Formats: sequence, structure tokens, C-alpha cells
Amino acid sequence: MASLPVATRRGVLAGGGALVIALAMPLRARAAGTAAGAGAGFAPNAFVRVTPDNLVTVVIKSIEFGQGAATGLATLAAEELDADWSKVRLEFAPNDDSRYANPLMGTMLTGGSSSIATAHTQMRKAGATARAMLVAAAAKAWGVPVSQVVAADSMLSAPGRKATYGDMAAMAAAMPVPADPVLKSPASFKLIGKTLPKLDSAVKSDGTATFTQDVTLPGMITALVAHAPMPGGKVANFDAAAAKAVPGVLKVASVESGVAVYARTMAAALKGRAALKVDWDTSKAETRSSAQLEAIAMGLAARPPLPVMDNGPLPAASDAVKIVEGTYTLPYLAHAPMETLDAVMQMKGDRMDVWLGSQMQVKECEAIAAAAGIAKDRITLHQQYAGGSFGRRATFDVAFGLEAGRVAKAWGGSEPVKFVWTREDDMTGEYYRPMTAHRVRAAIDAKGQVVGWDHGVAGQSLGNFAAINTLNGQKVDGMLLEGLREQGYVLANHRIGAGMLESPMKVLWWRSVGHSHTGYVMETMLDRLFAALGIDPVAGRLALQEDERARGVIREAARMAGWGRKPDKGRALGIAYVKSFASYVAEVAEVSRGADGLPRVHKVWAAVDLGLAVNPDVIAAQMEGGIGFALGHVLHSEITLGEGGVIEQRNFDDYKSLRINEMPEVEVSIIPSDKDPTGIGEPPVPPLGPAVANAWLALTGQAVERLPFARGIAGKSA
Amino acid sequence: MSVEFELNGKPIAYDGPADTPLLWVVRESAGLTGTKYGCGVAQCGACTVHLDGSPRRSCVTPISMVARRAVTTIEGASSKAAKALQEAWVELDVPQCGFCQSGQLMSAAALLEWVENPSDDDIDGAMAGNICRCATYQRIRKAIKLAASRMGAKA
Repeated sequence: MASLPVATRRGVLAGGGALVIALAMPLRARAAGTAAGAGAGFAPNAFVRVTPDNLVTVVIKSIEFGQGAATGLATLAAEELDADWSKVRLEFAPNDDSRYANPLMGTMLTGGSSSIATAHTQMRKAGATARAMLVAAAAKAWGVPVSQVVAADSMLSAPGRKATYGDMAAMAAAMPVPADPVLKSPASFKLIGKTLPKLDSAVKSDGTATFTQDVTLPGMITALVAHAPMPGGKVANFDAAAAKAVPGVLKVASVESGVAVYARTMAAALKGRAALKVDWDTSKAETRSSAQLEAIAMGLAARPPLPVMDNGPLPAASDAVKIVEGTYTLPYLAHAPMETLDAVMQMKGDRMDVWLGSQMQVKECEAIAAAAGIAKDRITLHQQYAGGSFGRRATFDVAFGLEAGRVAKAWGGSEPVKFVWTREDDMTGEYYRPMTAHRVRAAIDAKGQVVGWDHGVAGQSLGNFAAINTLNGQKVDGMLLEGLREQGYVLANHRIGAGMLESPMKVLWWRSVGHSHTGYVMETMLDRLFAALGIDPVAGRLALQEDERARGVIREAARMAGWGRKPDKGRALGIAYVKSFASYVAEVAEVSRGADGLPRVHKVWAAVDLGLAVNPDVIAAQMEGGIGFALGHVLHSEITLGEGGVIEQRNFDDYKSLRINEMPEVEVSIIPSDKDPTGIGEPPVPPLGPAVANAWLALTGQAVERLPFARGIAGKSA
Repeated sequence: MSVEFELNGKPIAYDGPADTPLLWVVRESAGLTGTKYGCGVAQCGACTVHLDGSPRRSCVTPISMVARRAVTTIEGASSKAAKALQEAWVELDVPQCGFCQSGQLMSAAALLEWVENPSDDDIDGAMAGNICRCATYQRIRKAIKLAASRMGAKA
């Protein structure tokens, strides 16, 4: 445990006897036009430490919440360092944009499946630099030319000489830092592309991994906040008498977004909060029901006020042209990570320490500091493992950080405060995947060419992070539309329009963002077109697809599944393909009708092309998990607003999650590639829903236009 | 009131309200944080411990119920089954975020105490109360079978 990650200390990088690699390495911000990246992200970084005990510590600038980024980043550095993998340790970076900013974002941010994609060269150079300095130190110590020194498995050797990296660490620290260390060619990789044990599996299998929930400090008190049951509700007034009477409750205070209850223990805080009487001001709240919001969205999708693309009108139906219409409603979804939002904070005069797992380490800390009245350079983050996120720990408005800071300030003392959201807070106070409505009319001719595709989509905006220009001189949230235009299919007379639903309901990116709904609609509409003409879904896709990498994953998934074979009685296969975050994924699902009347998914064959596969087993794990995550949601999950806008789901009993008895067998194939690596956290998610729906269409003839399936097929609430 | 019970083989006494959930006694009074809070209503299984050897959701178990009984948490899981499972968990890299895995392991350990060679249906029955939002279920299933096969081989 001693050498495993958890605590993060600024001072640790300036270590006695340790070789610390500080690098200035410019990384070009890749996305054209991301102004936020300009001028940031080029400052010195510190990623590798070799200590006299012969351990290599890799400093991880991403948050580790299950996607394996920590192991992936460490692999890249360890490869170039020729480190012995069993001697590699992790440490989380402090809140410091000057060294650890994501070059795409200009600040520390784990998201967009970008950890490996944006840092692979940076991490490899960090390792290569350390290796070169160790080799130089050995050559100097032994009086031999550098060319005679061999570095392998954390050992240095030359004819008749041998030393560990640890032995040479102090001396290596005095060597000049090479400006441009040579990187290995893929043929000589020993770690990249191999199956390596993950560095955090052991501590996550014996209960010793520390999450924010587990941080325990002397004198620590627990705080909960009572939140409004409807989105956007505020405190009108409250009666704290009964809450204060609960033994162990220390204080009750208003904190703008709700009423905070402070107690000696969690049990007392829960009782105290339950005893609070709060009247809510709903004047700025969402008080409409889901049915009302969905009707508005569908009206916008049917006649979208914002034209985005217009390559010609839909041709008329004829003997030669078949037209299929689809009207889809996809629900609000919660992220519901296993660990709810939480933070531990301690004020010490004008300073503050915070223990936290956030995807936006610096911005979240700055928000806490601002709300607590602390200068932003006087807050120190001790980054913790996070129990899942799926986007939830990256709220652009840092609302959680602001609330946490207010909670710390309202307490006012120097005792550490553990601020916890309960599961009910999480479900009802969420930032949700937006509900969207789609109306599509698409036309296919006898040759299988798509001769028209008129697509209206409506939902709430995630913000202006990726705004695109409309044809009538306005702006629209590009994340609502992502995946509608760029999947590589040739679609003639393609027309796209958008409508924005306005609501106080808070919305947020949810694992795979826009692709989580556009992928479903695009890929199920394609199968409905193919079905109208009796075209095979794999052959039909290949005929329309111009992108060779897309064709590659479609062919590979079909091959794995034995596409074209006669499925067992009562079963059918369905395929879907979605490119997201620059990674290509195709999935084939084998489906029957389950005892509950819903699709029963027996097996999924999944092919992915994400360029260079840094850790094949981590990639396979993300494919398996992403498929299970997606399946649970398409089968069961929705967040709905009832009367007065009250969120109807409060816990896992009514927001159902996939359970082990519903998990299909998943088989994964990774397309070999030496292209730059792209992401894997999100791309497995989008194709699963449409693959299952397409199998269902093949099995039953029923197109599912309403998710979850529990609603769309069975006509009942999930 | 004071409740005396055994926690991971050691006697312990808790002074406090009788309805305090065992989960918070284990985490806050005893300082054993391997057992997690995930839902508070026995829906997710992250808080699973053993009570006299049987899996139990500690979030809905009042402390009064455990008087004079034996509680085992992930920190005290030292049975042959628990050790075999932990080895298999690491070997197959089961955890992703890792938050639910203490509960998964405690449910799996109880299963292997009862059934030497669990079928897929046995695994579904014993493990369906434990949610993993990362959906590591395929590896959980494989790791349970791997641990079972090794225990059988050693016996």
C-alpha cells in the first residue's frame, strides 16, 4: 500500500536522491479553433520519478475513475523508460495547470476520451528523457561510452558492470536533460500493446483503495444538503428545530442551493436532514412533466426552427423509392456513478485542503475556493480515486464545487468537513443526459442508395462549447448534432434541422454525449430502410460507407458473429456501427425475446479500431463495460418528471441498472494499427442500443422508437 | 445503548442509537472504509458484509440486530474462498472504478462457501443484488469460476 497512489503532494517532486524529470514539451492543441487551448498547456510538466528504492513513480494527470487511463499513461512512460512493470507505481497530480493541463482543454480535464489521445507522446517523451539521463549517468560512472550501456527492466548494464535505476537515480539527476529524446519504433515495444496487469487492481480488490468517501481525518464532521425535489427549485424558508434536536446534529445553515445539516456522523446527518422542514420556491423551477416536455421537443423536431444543413429535398415515394419515417423519443438519463459526489474540505486560516475526485481538478478547486472565500492559489487538491463518473464529475458550471465551498464556508470552523451527496441527491439533483426527440424521413432506392435523409432533432443545449453556425445565421449546440453528419455514409439530399428545448432542467455530457442518442437514431433508421427493401444490414452498410476504417470494423464484427448464418430458433442478429471520439466501433448483438417481453441479449461481438492499442486488455475491459453500461440504460433507464416537475426516480429501485444476470457474453477484436491512439472510454457505448434494436427488428418486425425498451416495447414505465 | 459484537474476529462495542445502520458503525466508528455506501436502501450491494457468515446489506441492518453476532468486512475476509477470489480478481483485472468491488467480493465469497462449483445460474442468483455501474460482470463471472476451480484443485 505504501507505494501505491492516493495522496498527492506538491513537494514530492523535489525529492532528495530522486531523479525528477521536469520537461518543457509543447503539445499542439489539436482541435482547430479551440481558443481555450491557445497559450495554455505548453508549460513544464513533471511525470516521472525514479527513487533510490528502484521504484518508478508515474504522475498521472488524469483522474482514474475506472477507464484505465492511469495504467495506460504509466505504460507509455514505462515503455520508453524500459522500466520493470512490477516496479512502476502511480501518483495523482496536484491541481496545477502549468504542468498538467490537458492540451485540448487548456486546463486539467479528463474527458472526451482524450487521456491517451492527448498525452501519449508527452508520456513517452517523459519516459525516454528519464532513460537517456540514467544511461548517461551510468556511462559517466563507469567511464564507458553511452553506446555500451544497456537499459532494460529497470537495470543498467555494460560489460562487467550492473546497476539498478535506483542506484543511478541521484547521479542521473545531475545529467543534462536531452532536448528531444529518441522514441522507440513500435517494433521494439515491450509493454505497449501487451497485456499488463493494471496498477490499481490489487488495492481495488482488498478494500484498501481510498476514494473520497473513505477519507477520514481527526475531528471530521459530515455535511448533507437538502435539495429541492424539482430542477431549479430554491429554498423559500425552512424550519430547523426538529433537525437540531437530533442527537449528533451540530448545525443547520442555508447554502443557497439548499439547506446544509452538519453532524458528528453520517447516521446523525441523515436523521437530521430527514427532520428538516423546507418550503421550496418553484418560481424558477421546471414544473412541467416529462409528457409536456416531450411533446414540445417532438414539435420542434418535426418543424425544426434552426436549419443546419440542406443538400436538397426528400424525393417523393414511388415504385423505385421507399420512404421510412421515424419519430424517436430518448429519455433523460442519470450518470449514477457508484460513488456519489463528495468532497472533504479543511480550512486552515487563509488556506484550504480538499480531497476530491473531479474530472476538472483545477476548475473544481477554484470553485470551492471562490465559494469558500479562499484565494485560488491557496487551495491544495489531494486527488482520490473516483467511484465512476461517466461525465458526472465534469460539470462545466462547477456547481458541485461551488456548493461544496459554500458548505465549508457556512461551517466556518477549522474541522475537516466531509460533504456527501446521497443516492437520492444524485438521482434527483443530477445533471442529466438530455432528453431528445428526433423526427426522420429517409428514402432508399432499389439499388440500396440513400436518396434522401431529412432529420429534425430537438433537445436542451449542453452549452456553447462546440457551437456551429446554422443556415439562418444563428448558433446551435454542436453536441446535440454530433454523429448525424460524420459517420462516413453517403446520404444524398441530406437535410438536418435542430430545435432547442428551454428548461431549468440541468443537462450534461453523459458517456458518449450526443452519440448516445444520434447513434441510436441513425443506425436504427438505416436498418429500417434496409428492411423495406430486404437488403442485408451488413452489405447495405458497406455499400453506403466511404470510410475504410469504418468498413474494417463492420466487416470484422460481422465475421466474428458469423453474420449470414442461420441463428438459433427464436434469436436474431443485429449490427450497428458508430464512430465517436475518433474511434471506430461496430457491434453485433444476438437477441431473443426474454421472459419479461424485453430483448434478451445473449452475446455481443465488438470490433474497435482506435489506432495503436496501448493496453489491449484495458481496451477489452472498456468494451465489455461500455456495452454493459449501454445495455442497462437502453433496457431499463429513464429519468422522468412527474407532476410539478418532481423527479420521479430516487434510487436504484426505480432507476434500474444492468445486473449480472442480464450481462451478455462480450467478445472483442481490436483492429491492428500503428496510427496515433484515440479514446476508448466512450466509443463502446453508442452502437450497442441500435445493435440490439436492429436485432429486435429482425426478430419481431417491431421498430423501437422510444427508449428505454421497457417503455418502448412493453409500454410501461421502467 | 451499547451493542457488543465481533468485528473481523475482534470484540467491539458500539454506544449509540439502536437503529444506526451497521454500515456507518463499520465505516465511521470502527474506521473500516472498505465497505461502501452506494444507495442506502439495499439495492446496490456495495455495503455487503457477512453476518455470521451470510451476506448482509449493512446499510439497512440496524446495529441492534448484530448484538453478540460476528460481522466480517472486506478487511477481515480471510477465508480460503475470499483469498482465492481476491487473487482471481487481480489476475483478471476485474475492477474498473473499483467502488463496488468490496461488496462484489463479499457476495462471491459467501457463494463459494455454499457452492463449490457454481453454475452461471448460481452466480446470477448470488450476485444479482450487487450493481456494478462499470458493468465488470463478465470478469466477475470469470473470476468466480477461476477461484472455484483453483479451490477445487487444491482440495
